Amino acid sequence: MIRFLYNRLWQSIATLFAIITVTFWIIQAAPGGPFQSERAVSPHIREQMLAAYGLDRPPFAQYTHYLGNLLKGDFGLTTKYEGWTVLEIIGGAFPISLQLGLLGMAFALTFGLPVGIIAAARKNSAADWLPMSISMLGICLPTFVMGPLLALGLGLKLNLFNVAGWYGWSDRVLPSLTLGLFYAAYIARMTRAGMLEVLSRDFVRTARAKGVSETAVLLRHSLKIGLTPVIAFLGPAMAGMVTGSFVVENIFQVPGLGQHFVSAARNSDYTLLLGVTVFYATLLVSANVVVDMLQAWMNPRVRLES
Amino acid sequence: MTDPHLASNSPRSPWREAWRRLRQNRLAVSCGGILIAIVLACLIGPLVTGQTIETQNLDLGATSPSAQHWLGTDPLGRDLLTRILSGGRVSLAVGLTATLVSLLIGVAYGATSGFLGGRADAIMMRIVEILYALPFIILVIILIVVLEPVFKLPRMAWLVSLFGGEGQIKLVVLFMVIGAIEWLTMARVVRAQVMTLRQQDFVSAALALGVPKWKIILRHLVPNCLGPVIVYSTLTIPAVMLLEAVLSFLGLGVQAPFASWGSLIQEGADNMETRPWMLVFPALFFSSTLFCLNFLGDGLRDALDPKAER
Repeated sequence: MIRFLYNRLWQSIATLFAIITVTFWIIQAAPGGPFQSERAVSPHIREQMLAAYGLDRPPFAQYTHYLGNLLKGDFGLTTKYEGWTVLEIIGGAFPISLQLGLLGMAFALTFGLPVGIIAAARKNSAADWLPMSISMLGICLPTFVMGPLLALGLGLKLNLFNVAGWYGWSDRVLPSLTLGLFYAAYIARMTRAGMLEVLSRDFVRTARAKGVSETAVLLRHSLKIGLTPVIAFLGPAMAGMVTGSFVVENIFQVPGLGQHFVSAARNSDYTLLLGVTVFYATLLVSANVVVDMLQAWMNPRVRLES
Repeated sequence: MTDPHLASNSPRSPWREAWRRLRQNRLAVSCGGILIAIVLACLIGPLVTGQTIETQNLDLGATSPSAQHWLGTDPLGRDLLTRILSGGRVSLAVGLTATLVSLLIGVAYGATSGFLGGRADAIMMRIVEILYALPFIILVIILIVVLEPVFKLPRMAWLVSLFGGEGQIKLVVLFMVIGAIEWLTMARVVRAQVMTLRQQDFVSAALALGVPKWKIILRHLVPNCLGPVIVYSTLTIPAVMLLEAVLSFLGLGVQAPFASWGSLIQEGADNMETRPWMLVFPALFFSSTLFCLNFLGDGLRDALDPKAER
């Protein structure tokens, strides 16, 4: 287990380093500096601005400098929000996105898991096909269609929840719902498939033959194995939630990190773009390590393979 | 299942067999029909409605669906049906072109990697894994941000004029960037296929006869991967269209006066409180297209690879 962890950790650090390098050089290739779009300033002021951001140095020196600063936890200054560091912006906006993501995930799990388990236990009954057909709809409707429709229906017509902002609990319902709905549907289907696979195995038949109650068969004997695909899906789900947060934060005016990333792209704020990308990469790569650990813990065969 | 009457006829190719299986799948067939209808409507529609995406009628303003404007108009009095249909052209074009780009890169990369094996394969797959670590949309956004100013440089003017001028830069960048990122999964699919194929005798025979490696890849391996490649391409088109729509929704893709389904849904979301039709109709077109493409892809998979598990 320790060795497995050690190997995975080194791999992740190498991946992270590669991502930072690739992203840095892609952004470096953009023509014109970050001050291109602003009103013309006299050459010596421009030089001072470039020097202040360290952009007057040769590219490779900038790269090593950036890497060194990253190790110290310094992501640099943004070029469009004057006086703000990238880290301050991430620190201010990420907790909001994190809360949104956790609420969405919590919603997806509290709905997806029970629905999937019940559907598997009552295969081919109304408790199976009805939620499964609805979940197909949840998978096919993209977030940016679902979000406005939910806002229109539940928010504006029925007046149940707020549709914009991020102040009280009423603001948090619709964004989390929109973000989590796809994953609730997907997890429900995966849970059902995983449980059905386990329920057809010999040891389940043995347990039933010995008179173990159906609830115990489901929850004690099958659940841990049946959920393996769902656990494996949590890594991609995290990445998907980052993408989803771009859209959901845009629809519901949530001041999270996704909004900042998109506006950094619109304003060509290169340092912010790079910093947020590095941050997302760190987040997702470490999330994948955690997911792998969970899988190895739940299924010994995984840790023997590597 | 098999009709004995048919089976007694001349031996059928695997493709005919697959086509027969596909036709039996009613869901896939009806999805294919709806898709053809949507594509035809997008191709012909904008020519027939007598409006263009830019025809404004400010006195009219936003109206709900009527006999004159079947799907209503937007606040500038532009006919929504026309805008949806020509937006569909953009969305479908992005879907097809970017899928084609990703297909070419993915097949070449995957086949090479799978055929070479060993260290080359390990390195090539490691690169794919690294690119996989980030959500596609982040890479796409970064590339868009960098490439757009590149295309606006004076020395790129010849290339831009090749694509039809300044207004098309956004679109061309979208085609290229999405295609340049979406090939990753295709490469994996093809690699897995090639890895199993290269163990087979006909490849050893070709190697023994001294056929050059590139020729083995092109003539023997790639044609044998066609089934999975077709299936995966049909599933890539909706993924690409979704990506384009998200980008346009976020204001990073297609921009006014051009429209795509993503940007129309975005306009609709802005206006949904007072003009719900502006949201509902583009969403309807977009969702049903995605829905149909996904089910057609599933049907193709079942038809081309009956052994595969669902």
